[in-house]
Amino acid sequence: MQIEFTLNDQPTVWDVSPDEFLADTLRKHGFLSIRKGCNTSCCGLCTVWIDGKPTLSCTALSFRMQGKSVTTIEGVAEEAAEFARILVAEGAEQCGFCSPGFIMTVLALKHELAAPTEEEIVHYLTGNLCRCTGYMGQMRAVKTYLGVTQR
Amino acid sequence: MFTVGQLVQPDTVEEAYRILTEKKDAAVLGGCAFLRMGSRAIGTAIDLSHLNLEGITEHADSFEIGAMTTFRMLETDSVLNTFFDGLLAEAVKPIIGVQFRHAVTVGATVFSKYGFSDLITALQALDTEVELAHGGRMALEAFLNRPYEKDVLTRLWIRKDGRRAAYQSFRNSASDFPILTTAVSLLAGQGRIVVGARPLKAAIAVQASQELGRMDLNSQRMDEIAALAAGEMTFGANMRGSAEYRRELCKVLVKRAVTEVAACK
Repeated sequence: MQIEFTLNDQPTVWDVSPDEFLADTLRKHGFLSIRKGCNTSCCGLCTVWIDGKPTLSCTALSFRMQGKSVTTIEGVAEEAAEFARILVAEGAEQCGFCSPGFIMTVLALKHELAAPTEEEIVHYLTGNLCRCTGYMGQMRAVKTYLGVTQR
Repeated sequence: MFTVGQLVQPDTVEEAYRILTEKKDAAVLGGCAFLRMGSRAIGTAIDLSHLNLEGITEHADSFEIGAMTTFRMLETDSVLNTFFDGLLAEAVKPIIGVQFRHAVTVGATVFSKYGFSDLITALQALDTEVELAHGGRMALEAFLNRPYEKDVLTRLWIRKDGRRAAYQSFRNSASDFPILTTAVSLLAGQGRIVVGARPLKAAIAVQASQELGRMDLNSQRMDEIAALAAGEMTFGANMRGSAEYRRELCKVLVKRAVTEVAACK
């Protein structure tokens, strides 16, 4: 079936099957920033924005994107690069496999919450797993990026 | 992963119900987080996106929650969460992560009667009603206790009755499935204590609820009510905990929730 939607601000028309998930559709079309870490809707690596809301693309059916706006990290390259520089400076980047999904969630957090507390940051990012860093470096980077106080 | 032969997007609830009951291998698609974990071959998948069932509507005396409302909508709705001490937000907050809660839907969770459900536990404490295309409106408890029957869950209804409420759950680690869930509510001498993830589906602790409504609450009374709840509920074992462990947890979580509700006066 054919869907018409907006992908990274570009009008897009794709053919999808009714049991196809967005993560697979995006990867099929070359968006290899979409990672599937768990395939059980738990790890957050496949996070994209659907109508601006961070959502698991492994769990969103592709046909439901009809009329919606989908944003991947390729669509917010400048903003993502700014945060990525801070991540690297804090030594919070190791294998990098989880980074695209993590960064999409951090950027969504910035858009949604003004001056969040550490508790609010942890709550927002709980759905993004990282097996390398232990999260402390990530937390420093997020706080620096959001301009909230380090403790 | 499940497979779909044909997808239909009905324009009316009646049509959705008709297709569901006419075709043996038809299924309604919810948020799909659980469905996608299996390998079901769905001949006709019914998508409810055209039925305007997404969202929370405030009426004079109730809230109407559409079946396609996501958990994140429950969590962030600024009006709903000024009622019931934010019970529904508290119940869904510990579930996986923000991105997951943007995907999963209220209707699929309630219709599936998941034993591990935080949401069903909280909804029962609020005396929620379920609306079904064929079965009509009924109390959530009645729905949970009746045998499986094909139907389309369309909405939930919660009366704005001013009840105070509190939620407690216990997990081995953040974002994991709960080992036990409890929700407690109190309204004009009527108490309700619900225990879920036993791992059986959530149910009301009837005797403890009656005592909660009857008594002036002090610490000793709260201990007695919590022990009564733990004593009357049935618990089971799974990979997360034994029945005995859950019974002990029940005392602690019920007391915490009762303490919160008592402080909400």
